[in-house]
Amino acid sequence: MRHRFIAATALGGLLVALLLVAPMGAQTQGGRALSGAPTYKVPRTADGHPDFQGFWNNTTYTPLERPKGIDREFFTKEEVVEQMKRAANEEAEQTTPGTVADVHYDFTQFGLDRSQAPLALNLRTSLIVDPPDGHLPPMTEEGKRLNAARAEARKRAGAITDAAQNQPLSVRCILMDRDGPPMLAGAYNNNYQIVQAPDTVMILVEMLHSPRIIPTNGRPALPASIRQIEGSSRGRWDGDTLVIETTNFTDMFMFAFQGASADMKLTERFTRTSDDTLTYRFTVDDPKTWTRSWTAEVPWKKAIGPIFEHACHEGNYSLTNLLRGAREDEKRAREAKPASK
Amino acid sequence: MPWLGRSSIAAVGVIAAFSLAALPVSGQARAYRAPRTADGKPNLNGIYQAITEAYWDIEAHSAAPGQIFELGASNAVMGGLGIVDGPLPYKPEALAKKKENYAHRITLDPEVKCYLPGTPRGMYMPYPFQIIQTPTYIMIVSSYARAVRTIYMTDHKEAPADSWMGWSNGHWEGDTLVVDTTGFNDQSWFDRAGNFHSDQLHVVERITATDADHLSYDATIEDPQTFTRPWKISLPVYRRVEKNAQLLEFNCVPFVEDLIYGHLRKPPSK
Repeated sequence: MRHRFIAATALGGLLVALLLVAPMGAQTQGGRALSGAPTYKVPRTADGHPDFQGFWNNTTYTPLERPKGIDREFFTKEEVVEQMKRAANEEAEQTTPGTVADVHYDFTQFGLDRSQAPLALNLRTSLIVDPPDGHLPPMTEEGKRLNAARAEARKRAGAITDAAQNQPLSVRCILMDRDGPPMLAGAYNNNYQIVQAPDTVMILVEMLHSPRIIPTNGRPALPASIRQIEGSSRGRWDGDTLVIETTNFTDMFMFAFQGASADMKLTERFTRTSDDTLTYRFTVDDPKTWTRSWTAEVPWKKAIGPIFEHACHEGNYSLTNLLRGAREDEKRAREAKPASK
Repeated sequence: MPWLGRSSIAAVGVIAAFSLAALPVSGQARAYRAPRTADGKPNLNGIYQAITEAYWDIEAHSAAPGQIFELGASNAVMGGLGIVDGPLPYKPEALAKKKENYAHRITLDPEVKCYLPGTPRGMYMPYPFQIIQTPTYIMIVSSYARAVRTIYMTDHKEAPADSWMGWSNGHWEGDTLVVDTTGFNDQSWFDRAGNFHSDQLHVVERITATDADHLSYDATIEDPQTFTRPWKISLPVYRRVEKNAQLLEFNCVPFVEDLIYGHLRKPPSK
């Protein structure tokens, strides 16, 4: 009951917020004014650059790829409000006892679910804006081989509960969607803080306390021999847009962002399109993996701080318990089997 | 790093000014006036690193063999004069725990498991850290385990929750950045020798630029549950002056998975 009450209250707030925000969202859809001159004058830092500082949240209900059966680029405002209402209700529902969702913490109860997060209205039917069909481009033959090899490595490594290394990077507290880059929302805690000092932009991702430090002073990229999980980012200002290029990714795991290779070049663009909206657009160039580059766009919504310390690895009881549970299951199975001879 | 250039010019000016008056009178090296940020504060932005043996043991200690026989001299303990003002004033039961920590340091030291270093340990580990300074927030990011400290310069509040790195409120006293940190958990250590604290830890740091490439770092450590009185840490911190100095990723979680979870791996089938 309590959950439902919280959800209903949150939903009321969400709808009020949407009605207030919607007209502005529609005008600046896609980070650009639809009709003529820009309508928003971005605040500036002491050194004259656009000021993006503060707390942000990139929660979205919009899927990366356009859902089956939809052939439009945009929904109507009414459709989106209806979808969000439905999704919020689903999130607010009590979990079914005995399911994984039920043993995980209840997002709604802790105010973590998407309906209670700062949420920018997005009329797009997919985050992918290019290709125009809203889908990832076809993979190259090399990309298919690379990902088949990764799948084969995962299979060889055994079941997901056989070893810590078989689990996804998020369960192991190594890398989450929010960290990226590219930085994409998960089901909860999509909080960021941007701090700007001369020659440096820092994006602190709450999830995994990941500090992205981006030099904006023309520093050359790292040598190709240095490979990092989050790559190596270099920023520059292009008018009022912060452009971040990231290379030097690693292929040290059996997992990769949407199947990308370590040679992916990622270009992220941040533009402040209103006081409470940052438009985040990223382009993936990875000719090894895809037949063409692709681009996605997500609005980030102004949020309330502070960012807390998310010490995921230090408190990772779930991974220990998950492996211990699997070993215990195996032991019981062995004991239950009558001695065969 | 264009502001380094400005800092050299400022340094020349400062030396010229103070060589006539301040230095001979006070005999102190604190006459240095750091270059300023846009809001007129000393500009501490940059990448720094402590050069000290104190990460092995913050107290004075002799050289000693390492814990890993196979690593020989490469993992042996460097002797060090320490960065504290005398032996740590442990309460008797806390001293017993410190000795226990030391005896079992190979399994108990949070650094071995890639856990967050806590404060002040993150400031003198053998890893660079970067200061990113704005009027409202000063961030200190260590390359070790990507440890982040946020120093709240204007929005001071009581720690809302316990954490590894603590909750830091900062202010300027003249040219000195004073950081008051509380809200710690009782999990982090001060060094590899098992020196530890409780969740009552209270750290007050004083950070001052002493010339273009050095900071003086002083910290007062208070923890009435563990120590009989407050004590002090003092060391210089050095700017990484290489032109291409930058924090590289040290996401050490994958490096410790076999250590932490290896015993839970499925045994190979016979």
